[in-house]
Amino acid sequence: MSMTASNLMGAIILADNQVNLKELTLRRQLAAVPFGARYRLIDFPLSNLVNAGVRNVGVFVQEKYRSLMDHIGIGKEWDLNRQRDGLFILPPEAYSDGAVPNAHSGDLALLRRHIDYFFRSKQEYVVVCCGSIIMNIDLTQMLTKHLNTGADITLLYRVEKDRTDHSQAVEVFTDENSRVTFLKVNPIVSSSSKILLDTYILRRDLLIELVDAAVSSGGSDFVMDVLIRNLGDLKVYGHEFSGYARKICSLETYFNASMELLTPEVYSELFFANGPIFTKVKNEPPVVYLDGATAKNSLIANGCRIEGTVENSILFRGVKVEKGAHVKDSIIMQKSVVGRGAFLENVIVDKDSQISSHKRLVGDRTYPLVIGKGSAL
Amino acid sequence: MKKECVAMLLAGGQGTRLGVLTQKLAKPAVPFGGKYRIIDFTLSNCANSGVDTVGVLIQYRPLELHSYIGIGSAWDLDRERGGVVVLPPFVKASGGEWYKGTANAVFQNLEYLENYNPDYVLVLSGDHVYKMDYSKMLAYHKEKGADATIAVIRVPLSEASRFGIMNTDENDRIVEFEEKPQKPKNDLASMGVYIFNYSVLKRYLTEDAGDPESANDFGKNIIPKMLKGQQKLYAYRFTGYWKDVGTLESLWEANMDLLGDNPKFDLFDRSWRIYTVNPNMPPQFIAGSAEVIDTLVNEGCVIYGKAKRSVIFPGVYIGQGAEVTNSVLMPGARVLVGAKINKAIVGAGAVIGENAEVGIFDPSQSVEDLPLVVIGDGEDVPPGTVVRETRRD
Repeated sequence: MSMTASNLMGAIILADNQVNLKELTLRRQLAAVPFGARYRLIDFPLSNLVNAGVRNVGVFVQEKYRSLMDHIGIGKEWDLNRQRDGLFILPPEAYSDGAVPNAHSGDLALLRRHIDYFFRSKQEYVVVCCGSIIMNIDLTQMLTKHLNTGADITLLYRVEKDRTDHSQAVEVFTDENSRVTFLKVNPIVSSSSKILLDTYILRRDLLIELVDAAVSSGGSDFVMDVLIRNLGDLKVYGHEFSGYARKICSLETYFNASMELLTPEVYSELFFANGPIFTKVKNEPPVVYLDGATAKNSLIANGCRIEGTVENSILFRGVKVEKGAHVKDSIIMQKSVVGRGAFLENVIVDKDSQISSHKRLVGDRTYPLVIGKGSAL
Repeated sequence: MKKECVAMLLAGGQGTRLGVLTQKLAKPAVPFGGKYRIIDFTLSNCANSGVDTVGVLIQYRPLELHSYIGIGSAWDLDRERGGVVVLPPFVKASGGEWYKGTANAVFQNLEYLENYNPDYVLVLSGDHVYKMDYSKMLAYHKEKGADATIAVIRVPLSEASRFGIMNTDENDRIVEFEEKPQKPKNDLASMGVYIFNYSVLKRYLTEDAGDPESANDFGKNIIPKMLKGQQKLYAYRFTGYWKDVGTLESLWEANMDLLGDNPKFDLFDRSWRIYTVNPNMPPQFIAGSAEVIDTLVNEGCVIYGKAKRSVIFPGVYIGQGAEVTNSVLMPGARVLVGAKINKAIVGAGAVIGENAEVGIFDPSQSVEDLPLVVIGDGEDVPPGTVVRETRRD
């Protein structure tokens, strides 16, 4: 652990309630959506933080957070069950005056509500990030850059040349010294290939000051009301991440990012590049491939029992694929059962579902069929 | 603090018969079943039976075993009251000594047992693979009003001479104990699982410790002395799967017993989970060129080649065109392009070079009759090498 990382705390803001992954986010936070055969989206930011030596992490949640809390618990798997600092889940409060916190009041409202957490913490710097970007990054490099440039705020971006649709992205414009000159939120016409990765480093006292100033003057959005408003007054610098990163903001981006894991380069970068990705451990036995099993180009987690055919697919822990069943280009989540002779293509089956024998379910690559949690078909 | 029953788990054995696999670690720490270590089965039995106070007696090569057990959280044995404690030999004011035998190891830790003032002491071995509910055995022990109860399993009479055999009366009271008898009179073999009334055990252990002729061993000394002393010893018949994995052959066999549609030992039994320390590896990747049949594969494995009737631990790599059959690949082993392996145990981190051959490929012989080849931990088999037998040095 570097000397500087011990002076860094993390704040994961889960305010993406507008993002809808159909049944997958019906009863859970986006950050709690299962991903990559044994993870949840939040495992990536949490692991990146602890791999950078961060030992004080606040998770700011707004709604539907039961499954998230069940997943991260006391933070043991991330070594965040600490006597001092550690993991803090910061939920909305039911106010004594009867006011109900607004689920769509934005990330600044979440930060403001728990501003005490920042007052109480001891670290000088804060990484503020979101819960839905898939990447394996060394955040100490970003901190070093932040310290070297003398920036007030450093934001993380990635160059995405092939991308044409930036309607769900924040475009970053920088000068030759990588100082941020301009930001565009969800533009219809794209004019910069630098895409914001919703990750910022700044001093803790500056964060408190900026949140207070923005919220007290009607602000609700970190990018709009903290960054854009202050681009003239503050030194905001960009830090480029050149590795693999995907922001999950739709069912399509979720499905595509999942399928990209089947590329060996993506697999080895995402799971090994700057440290392991930690997740809640289950005591499942190894996968058993029985007689008649065929598995090709697939990611499979422990506890699965394969008797049928699995092709270009992702199987979460404890999935059963019975004899003669064929799972193709699909994602099958924890403990679901694909019955004898069933055929699935471009399907996402959420946890604990039963697909009965000889069912045939076919979605489209650009529009996968989603089977909700606990379904019996 | 009072505990009704405290377990003493004997895990100090070197396991010389496991050869290269136990050069650097104790037998109970040897990997087993694609994910586990041998001691996981006994510790999981404790957790699943409600035995929450376990002393683990260690002596040989304790580092890996000790750090593996840690504070016992993997088996839910990190308790405020009780829990797991590792008990190595120690130095006393009057000088210290190694554990001289299984009984002596427990005798040297009477102080630990005194802390809990137990009614019963469960003595276990850390080198057996089985699922057993010790609470049922304890209920049987109480029902019989026994001073000691020994779990037994029926073995073929032809093999009985390899075991400690209990000769019993019609009520399963033990009348005679014979260690590896040449002419066995009975087929009830001791499983190395004992329940003693603590007061009786304490008396016999203390007497035995003062006996210069004694080997201070439960099977050789304590049990015969208790029989001679007219104590009530009963046999508790166990009918499930039980295997002593003390030899390389039996370790290989026990791994193979996990395979098949109806395996002899079922790891997928949700009513009796086997707990272990999880390595936290990414999901396994089975490539388009892979063929995996009748095999257990753990997380972190990347498979391009073929695997059949094998047990594959985390982080194993099997390259394109490589073929692994009837084998056990320990954590992090690498089988490179075109290598072939049959009936082998490949140690942790070992590398089987490109187009190397390990084992004997003779379709005219049944796999069970072929000799087993063992490649030690971290060994490097150079490309193209042919290894037909275990290297002994």
